[in-house]
Amino acid sequence: MKSLFSKPATAMYPVIKNDFFPNTRGNIQLDTNLCIFCGICSKRCPTGAIEVNKSDLKWEIDRTRCIVCNFCVEVCPKKCLTTQQQYTAPMTDIAGRIATSYKRDVNLGRS
Amino acid sequence: MGERTIIPFGPQHPVLPEPLHLDLIMEDEKVVGAVPSIGFVHRGLEKLVEKRDFHEMMYVIERICGICSFIHGQGYCQTIEAIMGVEIPDRAKYLRTIWAELSRVHSHLLWLGLMADAFGFESLFMHCWRVREKILDIFEETTGGRVIFSVCKVGGVWKDINNATLTRIVSTLHVVEKETKELAKVFIKDYTVQKRTRGVGVLTYKEAFDLGAVGPTLRGSGVRQDLRQLGYAAYGELDFEPVVEIDGDCYARTVVRVREVFQSFDLIYQAVGKIPDGDIEVKVKGNPNGEYLSRLEQPRGQVIYYGKANGTKYLDRFRVRTPTFANIAPLLKMLPGADLADVPILALTIDPCISCTER
Repeated sequence: MKSLFSKPATAMYPVIKNDFFPNTRGNIQLDTNLCIFCGICSKRCPTGAIEVNKSDLKWEIDRTRCIVCNFCVEVCPKKCLTTQQQYTAPMTDIAGRIATSYKRDVNLGRS
Repeated sequence: MGERTIIPFGPQHPVLPEPLHLDLIMEDEKVVGAVPSIGFVHRGLEKLVEKRDFHEMMYVIERICGICSFIHGQGYCQTIEAIMGVEIPDRAKYLRTIWAELSRVHSHLLWLGLMADAFGFESLFMHCWRVREKILDIFEETTGGRVIFSVCKVGGVWKDINNATLTRIVSTLHVVEKETKELAKVFIKDYTVQKRTRGVGVLTYKEAFDLGAVGPTLRGSGVRQDLRQLGYAAYGELDFEPVVEIDGDCYARTVVRVREVFQSFDLIYQAVGKIPDGDIEVKVKGNPNGEYLSRLEQPRGQVIYYGKANGTKYLDRFRVRTPTFANIAPLLKMLPGADLADVPILALTIDPCISCTER
């Protein structure tokens, strides 16, 4: 009887967005300014989602392989990896699954 | 004596979320025998230990099952820690205990919901899952994940819960406990629930013991055995008694799970009251060498982890023996004599988790 007059326990999801907790593991982000491209994250990744190329200063993550276990964030020596709260958005384009970041280092003449 | 027919039950069946397949041998409406077959979701996780190093393997082991994922991770870490002779800090032990008990609460509430759905009580099912949602929120807040927590590690835990949060969790749990009490009343006292579950699928004390039943299936038949009494993690310092019912029917197994939810709340309150300050992890150096067998109590029963290491970073062999596997033999004992309409409830009362069984 109480259920008949109380508000629904569910949320109107697409209209009302879900609030995440500060600890929620959504996706992995890299701060390229701090990264030294040591490649520990790519060695430690249980699924092999991260690829690091030191000569090109390139850091690449396959969002569909990443299981957001947080291991790369924990082992990173420079603490340049962080976990964001928002989950990776669903995608239809298979090429969009890989996110690449380059470090632009002017002093070394690389782009 | 009627003519015998064979009715295939599963792997796709409305009440079973998991692919359990039984060939039911029927005489009219009565089941006279059952032949199980499993192997529909085999993923070969145990072979992966040869390719992933023992730190990474933790994340793979957690993904054996989505319900008891924390206890799988805990068991794996305990095995490796025992091989390496690592003693984890007390605070980590208590945190593991708290998370393990929260997993038990959410697993049992999920199961009670499924059980209600199986005997056709749909609103009770939805209420169970509504209450369970608060537990999942606690998990998301403290570990970062709702289903896969990735918070255990060899040598301790990754994340700490500060004492203010622990107090808040306890006050949330008091609310959840009150709501669960209302649900428990329906499961224990409702006439229709008793009509469907009383006297169905009786497993006697001797049968349960001889066939090696584990967990609530075993305790529902009156055997006082709970692996938490071994005192792993912080259980040695907490005060509890195994929940036992003597009837051995579906009703007894349901009541065991209902009462275990309250037991888990009590264990969490005790653990939060006793949790010491200090580190949450110790540095782990080197590689494991040796072998160890560890036993834990999962929501579904006893789980055994066997690990064999050879001094490199890859393990030689890792074996998990999950509670559902042990409970299939008792299930086959319960089925003969039951009506066809009772088979879904019977299969559900062992809380089958086929993903666990096949890894």
